[in-house]
Amino acid sequence: MTQGLDKILWTTFGLLFAAIWGLPFLYSVWTAFHDEIYSANFVWNAPLTLENFAEAWRAAPFALYFLNTFILISIVLVANLVLCTLVAYAFVRYRFRWAGYLFALIMVQLLISPEILIVENYLTLSRIGMIDTILGIALPYLTSAFGIFLLRQTFLTVPVSLDEAAQIEGAGAWRVLWNIYVPLAKPVYLAYALVSISFHWNNFLWPLIVTNSPEVRPVTVGLSVFATVESGVEWSLVNAATLMTTAPLIVAFIIFQRQFVANFMRAGIK
Amino acid sequence: MNKRLPFGLAVIMLVIPTLLLVAFTHYPALRALMNSFWNNASSRRPSKFVGVENYQALLEDDRLVQVMLNSTFYAIGTIPVAIGLAIGMALLVNAKLPGTSLMRLSFFMPTMLPMIAVANIWLFFYAPGIGLASQILGVFGLPPINFLGRTETSLISMMFVAVWKEAGLFMIFYLAALQAVPENLKDAARLEGAGRVRIFFNIVLPLLRPTTIFVAVNALINAFRLVDHVIVMTRGGPNNSSALLLYYIYEVTFSQRDFAYGATLTVLMVGLLGILAAVQYWVLNRKAHYQ
Amino acid sequence: MTILTKLAGSCCTAAVFSLAATSLSAAELEFYFPVGVNAPAVETIQALTDEWAAQNPQHSVKAIYAGNYEETTTKALTAANAGQPPQVAVLLSIDLFTLIEEDVIVAISDIANTPQDQAWINGFYPGFMKDAQFEGKTYAIPFQRSTPVFYYNKDAFRAAGLDPETPPKTWDEMIEMGKKLTIKNDSGNVTQWGTRIPTLGLGGAWLFGGLVVSKGDVLTTETGIEARIDTPATKASLEFLLELSKQEVMAPGGISWGDTPKAFLEGQTASMWTSTGNLAFVEENATFDWGVGFLPGGDGPGAPIGGGNFYIFEDTTEEERAAALDFIKFMTAPANAAKWSIATGYVAPRPDAWDTPEMKAYAERLPQALVALDQLQFAEREFATFQRAKVTQYLVDAIESVVTGNAEPAEALKNAQEGADAVLADYQ
Repeated sequence: MTQGLDKILWTTFGLLFAAIWGLPFLYSVWTAFHDEIYSANFVWNAPLTLENFAEAWRAAPFALYFLNTFILISIVLVANLVLCTLVAYAFVRYRFRWAGYLFALIMVQLLISPEILIVENYLTLSRIGMIDTILGIALPYLTSAFGIFLLRQTFLTVPVSLDEAAQIEGAGAWRVLWNIYVPLAKPVYLAYALVSISFHWNNFLWPLIVTNSPEVRPVTVGLSVFATVESGVEWSLVNAATLMTTAPLIVAFIIFQRQFVANFMRAGIK
Repeated sequence: MNKRLPFGLAVIMLVIPTLLLVAFTHYPALRALMNSFWNNASSRRPSKFVGVENYQALLEDDRLVQVMLNSTFYAIGTIPVAIGLAIGMALLVNAKLPGTSLMRLSFFMPTMLPMIAVANIWLFFYAPGIGLASQILGVFGLPPINFLGRTETSLISMMFVAVWKEAGLFMIFYLAALQAVPENLKDAARLEGAGRVRIFFNIVLPLLRPTTIFVAVNALINAFRLVDHVIVMTRGGPNNSSALLLYYIYEVTFSQRDFAYGATLTVLMVGLLGILAAVQYWVLNRKAHYQ
Repeated sequence: MTILTKLAGSCCTAAVFSLAATSLSAAELEFYFPVGVNAPAVETIQALTDEWAAQNPQHSVKAIYAGNYEETTTKALTAANAGQPPQVAVLLSIDLFTLIEEDVIVAISDIANTPQDQAWINGFYPGFMKDAQFEGKTYAIPFQRSTPVFYYNKDAFRAAGLDPETPPKTWDEMIEMGKKLTIKNDSGNVTQWGTRIPTLGLGGAWLFGGLVVSKGDVLTTETGIEARIDTPATKASLEFLLELSKQEVMAPGGISWGDTPKAFLEGQTASMWTSTGNLAFVEENATFDWGVGFLPGGDGPGAPIGGGNFYIFEDTTEEERAAALDFIKFMTAPANAAKWSIATGYVAPRPDAWDTPEMKAYAERLPQALVALDQLQFAEREFATFQRAKVTQYLVDAIESVVTGNAEPAEALKNAQEGADAVLADYQ
């Protein structure tokens, strides 16, 4: 008897909590689909409109911003996958004297991410003339300590016997990497990819500093440029733009919910 | 494995990737240190060596005191709250209740949004008189609160935003950990008559400790790294009441164009993070030892 | 001479002249511009830019919307420091000293040195030229200039028993009328405030400057090395702001610039102090009868001048500078200045723009637009010194700390003055 009541109570509590938690986001979405007048006055049956999205799309080159973000996350992801695999492989498969020190050196980036050193990194980019380029945004992130950490953990679980067997058959280092280690780490690659994409899609401060022109602006910076009108913000417009820029991620998440969750979980487990 | 590392491979596999990383992590840290001993160059005079003058300015900076207090309060406030909420959410979502996927969607959604979008949403939410918060307060007959315009509430408002964004992500990590808790442990305890609360505190919670450490470290890093919301919502105000350290560095360097002082503050920040890392390492080692 | 010869002669002359015109080498212009008000500014600027490009096919121009004023300045400076500045940009008039110090702009008076050019420069309102000049040279050309004005809800005035054609002129009147205009609901919460003056950030500092001018003082001078933060005028201004909250005419705490027009349109305040650049936004969205007046003043009318000017950057070629100058002349030409002013509410910076038929019709239709122009004679330059961002921050902190109840005016102003003086000491 109390079990049933318990369940009902907890379910109600859970749903209520989730509803309250989602309120700011839901209201923002609601405002995006309704006229500006209703943004400050919630009215149940106010008429829906897509005009805000049309206007936001016209007001700023969001298509270009999306393209830039896409290029950015692609560059970073590919570089991450390749470079982190190489480094992790080296640490796992080989023995060298300074391995411990090097690993510690690399792990520093976990705590001191490139944004912390924004001043100096900006000056570095400026010196090599890569300000206002997409590659410039990506540069500090090409090697990821988190990726190395994850992949090293994963590669450590590869049975040594497999490796040795392959060596006996005459496979060189690259062959072993490609045929044995990489396939076994596939789920981790997927998990890491999701984390990486999510992180770089959402990155704001560093791209803000690095970019000046719309040709290289990613979506986050584009949104802020669009939204910080100095006086008189049109909330329905800003919310529409916000929704537009986050829609791809949200849609992807809703469709692949289970995989997303599973992969983030995997990324978190040691 | 114990193979020797051939030089060619070392270069490709280790040296180049590491150089890239060092170029944007260690090198800038050292340069910041160097630059902190020089002053700003301007068109009228080149920069000159000023020794510890910038550090003296650091010690005399009233605003910095406020910023450090804010950052500390912010870290202490957001980390435990985010963790607590995350555990609660994970327990809810993990329970065999109807509608948990809806709950999970709602809790995790903020994590998918860029902080800048989150900031806009909450800026709108907090807008005095106009935003949803004020509308809700109005329904209860309460006056609208000027969340972002009062020094008492601006920092806490920022903290809410940060927790709202983070808790969902941490929930996922706890979810994974909860699902890894062996069922037979709980069954055994239940047989011995332990109630749900006892089971949680005596069995589940200790098993969650590695996750908690992982989450806490993440939360700490984010507390320093993520200042997008400050930039968009309050610009550190009013009267520096919501200014965090990285925001202050950004403002000093890119708004006020004081690169020398920016470098000095960067050294401070890196030093601070270094101390935190050392403390955390020491704590973890002790715990490992006693395990 | 036969007609044929004359014709041939004039054809040759025409050919030579057109050759000369097109021999102005092709320049590629990058034009950074901010949007500081809620208006179809981006489209209007784009349209004007395209028109100039069409008239000047040998050049190409790219108009780049760079965000709000602060962001545009940062971006322009960043680009300039990286060796790739825009050729021309609209930046805050108060950026003058920073731009000069970082040596990134040219003195326009050096490029525009023909007699016609001089006459052109003299054709702008002196009020707007004051902060475009330094040490005898003109460094900037006014483009989107404004003063804040007092917008008020005439319907709310009527409902409060006040004459809708007589907005308050003095601080005392503001408080008097404000008290009548503040409406509370049954639970004792205010549903309509008497007035709303932004006090946070740079917007707050801008309006504060107007208060100070109305008490007969200025915040900074044209030397760029003097900040008059701790004066009787500033103290009186802070006390006025505090009085407004105390008398429940204005909401206590910090008031943000961005939310103010919306709050006015939603009826949450019966009046607001904000830029004339919001005129078009208010006109489009107001559901009530509204008017515009001078800012109520302490000892008399007073206002700050604000907005942006055109600057030409240093790291540019001769052709680019000539093209940029031509572009600026086009954008500030009477017809175009009129277009821009009508689309936004900014004050057209030249008298001859106000004489165009479009402006005359506009002023007839919307007499509120004339208020900012009329107030110009009582307006002074906005807070500007070398190291502007740093020094202004002291003022901003002082204002914010006082309106949020965290400091007393005297103490806050004294600390701010000390901070400002310390920074400016290097320049004395």
